[in-house]
Amino acid sequence: MEKEGSVREAEDRLRRLFAQSLAGDAAAYRLFLEDLGAHLRGFLRRRLERLPDDIEDLVQETLLAVHNQRHTYDPGQPLTAWVHAIARYKLVDLLRRRATREARDQPLDDEREWLAAPDNEAAGTKRDLAALLARLPDRQRLPIVHTKLEGLSVAETARRTGMSESAVKVGVHRGLKALAALIREDA
Amino acid sequence: MKTGDLIAMLAAGAESVDTGAPRRRFSQALAAGGAGALLIVVLMGVRSDLAVMASQPMFWAKLAYCAALAIVALMLTARVARPGARATGWAAALALPLLAMWLLAAIALGGAGGAQREALVYGSTWRACAFSIALVSLPLFAALLWAMKDLAPTRPALGGAAAGLLAGAAGALVYSLHCPELAAPFLGIWYPLGMLIPAVAGALAGHKLLRW
Repeated sequence: MEKEGSVREAEDRLRRLFAQSLAGDAAAYRLFLEDLGAHLRGFLRRRLERLPDDIEDLVQETLLAVHNQRHTYDPGQPLTAWVHAIARYKLVDLLRRRATREARDQPLDDEREWLAAPDNEAAGTKRDLAALLARLPDRQRLPIVHTKLEGLSVAETARRTGMSESAVKVGVHRGLKALAALIREDA
Repeated sequence: MKTGDLIAMLAAGAESVDTGAPRRRFSQALAAGGAGALLIVVLMGVRSDLAVMASQPMFWAKLAYCAALAIVALMLTARVARPGARATGWAAALALPLLAMWLLAAIALGGAGGAQREALVYGSTWRACAFSIALVSLPLFAALLWAMKDLAPTRPALGGAAAGLLAGAAGALVYSLHCPELAAPFLGIWYPLGMLIPAVAGALAGHKLLRW
């Protein structure tokens, strides 16, 4: 009973933070991603007992997918089902690449299971996203580096790169999608 | 890159997100693809006796049949495009317009003699019908796959199939402006077959193109 209560509490908190994120609150979005990352780590650690070295890579890949696909979230839909479907898609994709039997045997589990036990102890990754980021073309890499890593505004980035402001925004958007595609090729 | 750094990067400067974007994207794809389909039918030739045809109830039944299949396929496509949305209800609903047309077909065949029956099933264009529908659907097919590419089907082949079926059903609706056939048995067989061609092509394309 107590566990059920804590799951619901985690769900409410995440849903509230995600609603604020979608409205443009970057601080709430950061809290949301941190919370979500811990839950995903706990979930994937239980599911990837035989592939422990892949856990943190998959946490990162799933967080990036959640970010890239956040416009597909329907505010009338339960957040748990949406996150669960994304995490499961990425998990099955990884298991298929590893050609393990678990890919076929993933139980059709409870959609809230990923909320059960968060885990804040991040292990190391095998893949370095920074190295993949460096492989993106300039029109995508520079907007990401300036606005997302160095904290410049879109206007400053546009001035520094000679790109238009809308090209900077498109570059960030397409670049993060291209990063997800590089992860798929790399794995 | 550590996970904490990735999170800081993703959250940095994050702006508001338009969750109505998928709906707008589908509307744009349907409008652009529909215009392309209309152009193909104009090139094929719009029926000159359209006004005469419009006086027959079966003409309207045919339009309603294609429109119903297109609407259900649109709902199905919109569901399949979003992670975690349930689609089984809409997949089952596809059977309703089909069953209604098959019921009309059974009635028509029941009241007809041997040679008449053949005419009801084959009409005068059965050889071309399915391929013509697939051809008219082509612009819709391309536009809808483009729309789907921006979304996140967790079953990419199914996402492509749903988009292809929608292209086929909407294409059949436009093709009605050219098609001379009004017999329910004809519409119950060759029309779904024509819609199935883009649906199968969509499943094959989706498996490759719609991964994310």
